[in-house]
Amino acid sequence: MTKAELVDLITGDTGLNRRDTVTVVNLIMENIGNALASGDKVELRGFGSFKVKSRRSRLARNPRTGDAVDVPAKRVPYFKASNELKDRLNGHD
Amino acid sequence: MTKADIVEDIAQRTGLTKKEVAETVDLFLDKIGDLLVDGKHLEIRGFGTFKVKERKERMARNPRTGDSVPVPSRKVPVFKVSKMLKDKVAGD
Repeated sequence: MTKAELVDLITGDTGLNRRDTVTVVNLIMENIGNALASGDKVELRGFGSFKVKSRRSRLARNPRTGDAVDVPAKRVPYFKASNELKDRLNGHD
Repeated sequence: MTKADIVEDIAQRTGLTKKEVAETVDLFLDKIGDLLVDGKHLEIRGFGTFKVKERKERMARNPRTGDSVPVPSRKVPVFKVSKMLKDKVAGD
């Protein structure tokens, strides 16, 4: 399913028209992205949380040539699902 | 940042009421949960993909007694971060 299809699903169940729903949905992603980019975490109760992990720089190898290449330190975003969401997937509500 | 912060920001920027925004945000998250329960995945361009992975049954040990106990197979929700979001967070 795509974002557009999901928007279709929720439009009508809220008081908002499709255009406003699209705007709100896009701004949710924008907020989460901006928070993560500034190193903040986002906690959505009952759903999960988005956080950033730091990866140290390391030496890796180019698998084709075997040359050692320096992989710089970086921050990577990840999602941790809430226990509620995990339980729902396994049929215990 | 919490859901309330996100709702506040969106209400301010759109002129919609906090109630309208909160309802939409809640429904959005609920529906993602519903989709995953149905075994479907959701792809949001520029953000990432939510999907369900199946973890196989495995044997584990009770660390106190050392007994082998089977861990049944189960489903776990996973989020695969899009390249765009990775780059944004990495600061590129």
